[in-house]
Amino acid sequence: MAQKVFAGISVDVNDEGYMTDRSQWTKDIAKEIAKEEGIELTDKHYTLLDYLRERQSKGESLTIRSVGTSGIIDIKGFYQLFPGAPMKKAAKIAGIPKPASCV
Amino acid sequence: MKKLLILGAGTGGTIMANKMRKLLERDEWDITIVDQYKTHYYQPGFLFMPFGYYTKNDVVKPKTNFIPFGVNVIFQEIERIDAPANSVHLKDGTNLRYDFLIIATGTRTAPEETPGLTGPLWRKNIFDFYTYEGASALADFFKTWKGRELVLNIADMPIKCPVAPLEFVMFADAFFVERGLRNDVNITYVTPLSGAFTKPRASKVLGELLVQKNINIVPDFYMERVDNEKKAIVSYDEREIPFDCLITVPVHKGDPLIGRSGLGDEMDFVKADKYTLQQVEFPNVFVIGDAGNFPTSKAGSVVHFQADVLTENLTCAIENRPLTNKFDGHSNCYIETGFGKGALIDFNYDTEPLPGSFPFPGIGPFGLLKESRTNHYGKLMFRWIYWHILLKGKEMPIDSKMTMAGKKM
Repeated sequence: MAQKVFAGISVDVNDEGYMTDRSQWTKDIAKEIAKEEGIELTDKHYTLLDYLRERQSKGESLTIRSVGTSGIIDIKGFYQLFPGAPMKKAAKIAGIPKPASCV
Repeated sequence: MKKLLILGAGTGGTIMANKMRKLLERDEWDITIVDQYKTHYYQPGFLFMPFGYYTKNDVVKPKTNFIPFGVNVIFQEIERIDAPANSVHLKDGTNLRYDFLIIATGTRTAPEETPGLTGPLWRKNIFDFYTYEGASALADFFKTWKGRELVLNIADMPIKCPVAPLEFVMFADAFFVERGLRNDVNITYVTPLSGAFTKPRASKVLGELLVQKNINIVPDFYMERVDNEKKAIVSYDEREIPFDCLITVPVHKGDPLIGRSGLGDEMDFVKADKYTLQQVEFPNVFVIGDAGNFPTSKAGSVVHFQADVLTENLTCAIENRPLTNKFDGHSNCYIETGFGKGALIDFNYDTEPLPGSFPFPGIGPFGLLKESRTNHYGKLMFRWIYWHILLKGKEMPIDSKMTMAGKKM
């Protein structure tokens, strides 16, 4: 298992850089992963990260469309917060697995 | 009389009606199947229609041809499932009580979810090939079309048969080569995924095939709307791709009935256990195929493999025993790659598609994750197997569980 140091803490990550143990996650770690992705986190980002972590803990599948119906943000706003590939980037920063797009 | 009720007489519902009628005693069990439509479509055939390879007779048959004697058939729209009361309300006011329920209501394309998609260009320059009507309209359009920008877009995942859009662009490549028009037709494959397919090794192999065939790939494109005036698709991050002919694979949703009945997720897919196929709240309700929120392909092969698992688990439930079978997510897809060749992939929840031979290790005759003529004939043969063996719930020489034998890591 690969290790990576964020905010002075060593965490487990997979070969794509996704954290494999969600309990190791902190807001400071999120801030540093976001920096690597070129994103400066705001309160809005954190609200969304909490929402994603909560849904993931319930075993729900995460999709861009479902984030758009969350009431927190619409899809356009989601793209503005996490440009390019919002679901993948947001999951990485939230310390949860890369969402499996259903085959 | 005890009652088994099946909602939906598509692939899953029909197979289950056949299997359960053989197992359950006729003097103890009444089996009823309900569907609003009388026509059974061979959906894998829709892919072949735009190119004139298949016509109506190849893909359309009456549903009643495949429902066994001893099963009641009701053609009627379903209003609501009242799961706490073990009953189903039909549109005409009929109320059907059940002891066990199988939901097999499938998925549908929802082009109305994307602004502009069903606007002025719909079925003029924009076509869906996931419906009989769309595939027929596109067949007519291709007869005279002279090119230029042919764009295929997948609006969102999950979709039925995730390899069909890939097959479509490879067929289109061959079709326009054969017509001497390939230099005038630029083919672009636009997907919300990061590559050609969802799983890494297959994505790489299939992605390379597209490159060889001079098909452009635009990944990570999540369509927001269609600009009918500019003839362009626009993503949520404001990227635009112009088209002369747009092939859309629209957003997929479950049947609205599932939402009305409070049994589904936000896309109206029934919340069900991916291993037991049981609905998460109601133990006497089971789900098969596209209707469920299972994280596997929405495809006929999955339905076929699930049917074995469901038959066993439903029997357990009826006999009040713990459910003994687990669905492993097994999926098996022939992939047409054009010019009389095909590829084949075989995978499950945990194992991605790998190279090798199938179904007999080292022998085949089918090759996994590579192009061959035999694979193409496998796909063509499958239509006959579908109508004559699969729908009738007869045995096939392929196990419902995926096997690693014949696969190379």
